[in-house]
Amino acid sequence: MASETQVSYLEYQGRHKGIWSWLLSTDHKRIGLMYLYAVIVFFFIAAILGVLMRIELIAPGRTIMEPQTYNGLFTIHGIIMIFVIVIPGLATVFGNFFLPLLIGAKDVAFPRLNLFSWYLYITGALLGVLSQFLGDGPPDTGWTFYVPYSVESSTSVIWALTAAVILGFSSILTGLNFIVTIHRMRAPGMKWMRMPLFPWAIYATAWIQILATPIIGITLLMVIAERVLNIGFFDPALGGDPVLFQHLFWIYSHPAVYIMILPAMGVVTEIFPTFSQKPVFGYGAIVLSSLAIAFVGYFVWGHHMFTAGMSYSARWFFSFLTFIVAIPSAIKVFNWISTMYGGSIDLKPPLLYAISFIFLFMIGGFTGLVLGSLATNIQAHDTAFVVAHFHYIIFGGMGFAFFAAIHYWFPKMYGRMYNNKVANIAWGFNFVGFNLLYFPLFIIGLQGMPRRAYDYLPQFHTGHFLSTIGAFILFAGLVLMVINLMVARRRGAIAPANPWHGVTLEWTIPSPPPHENFEEIPEITRRPYFFGKKEETK
Amino acid sequence: MAVHQIHTEHTDSETGKLGMWIFLFTELFLFGGLFLVYAIFRAKYSAEFHVAAGELNAFIGAMNTVFLLVSSMTVAMALAAMQKGDRLLTLFLLTVTIILAALFILNKYFEWSHKFEFGIYPGSPVLKNMSHGELLFFGLYYMMTGLHALHVLIGMVLLSITIVRVRARRINSTRYLMLENSALYWHLVDLIWIFLFPLLYLIT
Repeated sequence: MASETQVSYLEYQGRHKGIWSWLLSTDHKRIGLMYLYAVIVFFFIAAILGVLMRIELIAPGRTIMEPQTYNGLFTIHGIIMIFVIVIPGLATVFGNFFLPLLIGAKDVAFPRLNLFSWYLYITGALLGVLSQFLGDGPPDTGWTFYVPYSVESSTSVIWALTAAVILGFSSILTGLNFIVTIHRMRAPGMKWMRMPLFPWAIYATAWIQILATPIIGITLLMVIAERVLNIGFFDPALGGDPVLFQHLFWIYSHPAVYIMILPAMGVVTEIFPTFSQKPVFGYGAIVLSSLAIAFVGYFVWGHHMFTAGMSYSARWFFSFLTFIVAIPSAIKVFNWISTMYGGSIDLKPPLLYAISFIFLFMIGGFTGLVLGSLATNIQAHDTAFVVAHFHYIIFGGMGFAFFAAIHYWFPKMYGRMYNNKVANIAWGFNFVGFNLLYFPLFIIGLQGMPRRAYDYLPQFHTGHFLSTIGAFILFAGLVLMVINLMVARRRGAIAPANPWHGVTLEWTIPSPPPHENFEEIPEITRRPYFFGKKEETK
Repeated sequence: MAVHQIHTEHTDSETGKLGMWIFLFTELFLFGGLFLVYAIFRAKYSAEFHVAAGELNAFIGAMNTVFLLVSSMTVAMALAAMQKGDRLLTLFLLTVTIILAALFILNKYFEWSHKFEFGIYPGSPVLKNMSHGELLFFGLYYMMTGLHALHVLIGMVLLSITIVRVRARRINSTRYLMLENSALYWHLVDLIWIFLFPLLYLIT
């Protein structure tokens, strides 16, 4: 068996040749890369829309576009970023590529279904982008599709709704695939509590995907029916209830926040032990907190609607649960920091991103508590403060974790090393640019700057100006980061099998991994993150 | 070498069934959204819902319930027959299942077109003149039975593919995952109807 030469998955020749060997591949690693490329392309489309909005806001009054164009931009920016990048991003790219590797499997449970999910994803994503050009002008409802406006707006809202439904279906199938994979395909000896923590995070995420996504599917179908058939579910003139839509929408879309952040937490949980050369602190606590977040996260949707008209008891209940759900997140932060404590820390780009993840995620989390308390919510509701808060969570959290993941696993994926120095410089741009972009929005938000506004009073000028400068710096950093990785893919130094001295299963096989992943399925005899210094108790 | 044989069969039948069960859960949640909306509006407009439900033909509804219940039985018998290795009986029972499903759809077609003749369809002027509760009831009626009928059609496609595969002997007494999963899906279609029928037809 050892004599058998192992062909890497990048060079493997299957039944199909050329581009078809990718587009028809059921190899989880190739599908992961196809997701990666799609995510990068759509991310830059949406990021450019974001930069255009920031340019518009650099000064009061009209700068470069009409108000209606601005409405279209923030809608499409939101739809692409949320439904195409942030919700599926980490789970589809790194979940696909590394979940089977981390649990010692040769592929996911349903490889063809996996490929089908990718096609659904691409269809939905393209439809989302096309809705900007098709029909009667870009949708202008915001990504939340609030009724009654999403029923009345004359723009091509239906295309965007359909795109979101298709993307939701893709997300359900991916989640289903991962749950079955984790249940059925772990390597022999890998009991539940011997599974690494990224798969645990994917597992918790997948359950939310499965249990929450159908609700948004049916809700958006109802909005389509409202538009096409004039049914009246959400139209007060016909006896319906618009607030009912908000409930249904957030029943999915709040858990969706945890679909975004749980895999991000999983990624950094892999990174801290490796770059501290120390077992992860509190393995069980991290597992339980992931599951607790997934569970409690289901019951907090009402905190998006404190001003929409709910009974007082409903409001304090949702507020209370919002504070409860912060606890498991805080437990994780405690665990990550304790993992680093006393370790031999190696400050490579993945760890830099992981540490900035903690920093940004905590700012996002604490400001989330400001929004979660009933009294302060009234002041900050629908202001730029909210925009800053969720960008800190989504971009600072999920986005930076994504960058951490790509820098961590790049050598394994391509078998090449990137330039550390350039990666560090790009990180500097990203970190500084990010904070300069979003932090001023907290301040002007508290002062009363509304979100989604095209124009503003002169008193907010300084904040907006700084924010736009930050956007330029961040964008430059992103471009530098991607170029660095693209150059490395072709011309980087050959990566060893285990450049970071990691101890999880993906580092035991060659870089890039062979088509079959493992020549022999490994036997697991102990908990993960064993660095050979001292035996963990239990 | 032996290594290659270990992984070629990714989807053993337990794995395939687990996937199907999870998928069925998502279907329940999909309909769950509609049941939730139904519950809310029925609580708000209970008297009007009762009036509107009187417009539906409970006899056709009951007939359709019988069709689906019997078809659920025949598909279960088809699976049992396949496990015993009786191919012809399996094919016969699957065909009966599809015929019953087609009768269900036919009934639904007549039922809907009858309503259309009276001008009761979403957005119609007749409906707009009715009370809010009745209007929402018929909105829910069309949305719920429509989505259910779509599932019946998908189920029919699945069962047809199953028949083709049984004929080609790709489904046999040792490998019948596809048959089992189609049957599971069909039971779900039946199950949802068991709830739709009383909620829409029998609340007069």
